[in-house]
Amino acid sequence: MKIRANALAGIALAATAALSLTACGNGTASSAATESAAADTATSTKVGGEITVYNAQHDTLTKEWVDAFTKQTGVKVTVRQGSDTELSNQIVQEGAASPADVFLTENSPAMAQVENAGLFADIDKATVDQVPAEYRPSTNKWTGIAARSTVLVYDKTKISDDKLPKSMLDLAKPEWKGRWAASPSGADFQAIVAALLEQKGEAATTEWLKGMKDNFKGYKGNSTAMKAVNAGEVDAALIYHYYYYGDQAKTGENSKNVTPYFFKNQDPGAFLSVSGGGVLKSSKNSAAAQAFIKFITGKQGQEVLKNGTSYEYAIASNVDSNAKLVPIKDLQAPTVDPAKLNSAKVTDLMTKAGLL
Amino acid sequence: MTTDLSARISPEVPEVSASTTTAGRGKRPRPPFGVSAISLLAVLIALFSLIPLGYVAYMTAATGWNTAVGLIFRPRVGELLLNTVMLVVFTVPICLVLGVGGAWLVERTKLRGHRWWAVALAAPLAIPAFVNSYAWVTAVPSLEGIWSGVLIATLSYFPLVYIPAAATLGRLDPAIEQSAASLGLGPWAIFFRVVLPQLRIAMTGGALLVSLHLLAEYGAFAMIRFDTFTTAIMTQFQSTFNGTAGNMLASVLVFFCLILLLAEVRSRGNARYARIGSGAQAKPTRLPLHHYQIPSQLALLALTVLAFGLPIFFVLRWVVAGGARVWSADEFLPALLQTLAYGTVGAAATIVVGFPMAYLAVRHPSWFSKMLELSNYVTSSLPGIVVGLAFVTVSIRMVPGVYQTSGVLIAAYVLLFLPRALVNIRSGLAQAPKELDEAAQSLGKAPLVSFLKVTLRLTAPAAAGGAALVFLAIVNELTATLLLSPNGTHTLATEFWSKSSEIDYSGAAPYALLMILLSAPMTYLLFQQSKKVAGQ
Repeated sequence: MKIRANALAGIALAATAALSLTACGNGTASSAATESAAADTATSTKVGGEITVYNAQHDTLTKEWVDAFTKQTGVKVTVRQGSDTELSNQIVQEGAASPADVFLTENSPAMAQVENAGLFADIDKATVDQVPAEYRPSTNKWTGIAARSTVLVYDKTKISDDKLPKSMLDLAKPEWKGRWAASPSGADFQAIVAALLEQKGEAATTEWLKGMKDNFKGYKGNSTAMKAVNAGEVDAALIYHYYYYGDQAKTGENSKNVTPYFFKNQDPGAFLSVSGGGVLKSSKNSAAAQAFIKFITGKQGQEVLKNGTSYEYAIASNVDSNAKLVPIKDLQAPTVDPAKLNSAKVTDLMTKAGLL
Repeated sequence: MTTDLSARISPEVPEVSASTTTAGRGKRPRPPFGVSAISLLAVLIALFSLIPLGYVAYMTAATGWNTAVGLIFRPRVGELLLNTVMLVVFTVPICLVLGVGGAWLVERTKLRGHRWWAVALAAPLAIPAFVNSYAWVTAVPSLEGIWSGVLIATLSYFPLVYIPAAATLGRLDPAIEQSAASLGLGPWAIFFRVVLPQLRIAMTGGALLVSLHLLAEYGAFAMIRFDTFTTAIMTQFQSTFNGTAGNMLASVLVFFCLILLLAEVRSRGNARYARIGSGAQAKPTRLPLHHYQIPSQLALLALTVLAFGLPIFFVLRWVVAGGARVWSADEFLPALLQTLAYGTVGAAATIVVGFPMAYLAVRHPSWFSKMLELSNYVTSSLPGIVVGLAFVTVSIRMVPGVYQTSGVLIAAYVLLFLPRALVNIRSGLAQAPKELDEAAQSLGKAPLVSFLKVTLRLTAPAAAGGAALVFLAIVNELTATLLLSPNGTHTLATEFWSKSSEIDYSGAAPYALLMILLSAPMTYLLFQQSKKVAGQ
């Protein structure tokens, strides 16, 4: 047998690397506590230091925000990607030891959960002033950063205009059996259920979920559900608006046979879901964290929504939304206090209904 | 994924006979650090291995009887149970037929181009199941549910049966078959009454491996909307992080795995398969195929095209469709580098951790060393999602210092892939005679020095083979990586997953392609190794 000393050396080297790596992690966790700037009212553009963002928003959108913010302030941003309620539960479990400085979501229930656990710091007044009252909780423990509207995308060849449901609640009726799709595992859909729970109460919600379990076809993700309508697998899908507009802007290959239908009339199905941003009390660099929330709700951050590829509604700093969208005031969304959306109750009800 | 192929097909490592020579200078040869120190190390590692099982047991106990019953005995769990059982019941027999049939054609018949087919039938292992699923969904967008699950799982996993079956068939003693023929049995009767029984170990081992993969797979089934326990646990995790409902599903899943492990042990039997006495073993004879030649060629071609050709074709099609956009260096390069870093460090750590256990098993075999190995074997049979959940919870609640560090992820990799390393180190150690170590010590070398200079050097090549297998298992690991990756970590697998979840199929393609390219050498290595192990 040939003996190779270099193999031995390689093993020894790798072992050393392994031990050192296991001993101290790769630096993300053992980040040195950055100087906590005392000046809360810092309006200067140079903040410095680094922050960790727990991000449940689409990573492409957050990446645009982060890159522009870093360019302007020099703050280094580390992003952890996850889904709304996964990250909110994680923050609650991590408690005061959470590495997160900022939490961004696609929907409100996860924000409400972290708020109820008492883990959010107050949002700076300057930031609050940029956001209209209907898009933030009355407590100002977090703020809306964008919004998305519920929509039914459907196949015109299968459903004529007069057969469209008047209300989202109709989808639980027997005539819709096997005809519509949704992504119940996603926080997006769970937010719609949370709004329903807030408007109609537990009994009605349980009833509707039962009908849904009988009628719907489950997909993983809104875009996949829309794709199913496009491919003729189902007649309609209950999703959010921007999946449709985003695909139309790209190639349209997943939405060419699809038409969006907005329920309006303050129907539960006209729910406008507010995406949230908040700063953790435990943040080691709250100045930079507050500056980040201020930035994304400011003019520059909101223009990313208007001009970028996310097609989510801009809601703050008087920035208009993308011209391709139905104007936000025409949606006739029901009034729901985003702070009252109860994600834990919703997962519970959905688990009971056999949807999770 | 978890368990390892070569672990299942390796025969008992030959015991090195205890030497009776005493050292020339009156010094008794000693092991390098004392057996007790190594034993202590091994015990610590074994205890560490038991964290996931302990976690599931603790969580189930802590949940309280009523809640647990409510969450375990509900209609949704019934659905998942039915799905999972159906999946196993249909996929495993089909894999057995394809794997054994293919192996028999390749090894025991005059199949034209059998050398080429031998590699082609192992090739699908180079395609991670979730990449296979992605390609199939592209080809047939309406794929969903149980039959699609069976289709994709079969095409992804039949090589797990084929490889050990081919290795065993290649070294069966033809004398037994010749005796059967001389007693008047026809070729079919010989196959079923003589050959097949000798494949029992390979088949039960392969069937267990396939079943464990079926229980652990997340990506492939999530993509085709087929719900198993693992996909449901992931859904719960994404809704509640580590809520009670997810933990209860995990305990049902673990229970399932243990049942399978037991079933395999029972069905192995303890018949003797080795020949007694000396004598040269002849090469097995190959049967002429006559008019079956063309149908056999066509059948193998169809299988290879479906399991290997189709996925490769659609991955490449997406790569072309994506153009230059998808190779954006600021996303792609970090993912590649992080994957390589995790693979390298994880493989090295696995080898380091595997050494004490292997050393005990080879140099000081006892019930004690068997127990240690068993404890790890059970853990590495658990789905990645259970190990991931356990490590998230334990690190967040008990050792917040290491929470979300790459160390925890590396530790999970070590637990999941340790058997791959153990098998290799064991066979390497077994081939490094104790006597050489003793001779070095008798010539005045310190025990540690002689261990480093003699035993370790002789074991190094085998350990490197094990490291390669672990490395490539890490490259394709998705589930535990999703749960445990530190902030800002992106690997090829997780990037592929997040892109394909947003149906950015062309954006996901480069990651898929790279995973396949990195897996190809592993598959070849595994294939070669199975031949070698079987030939010992």
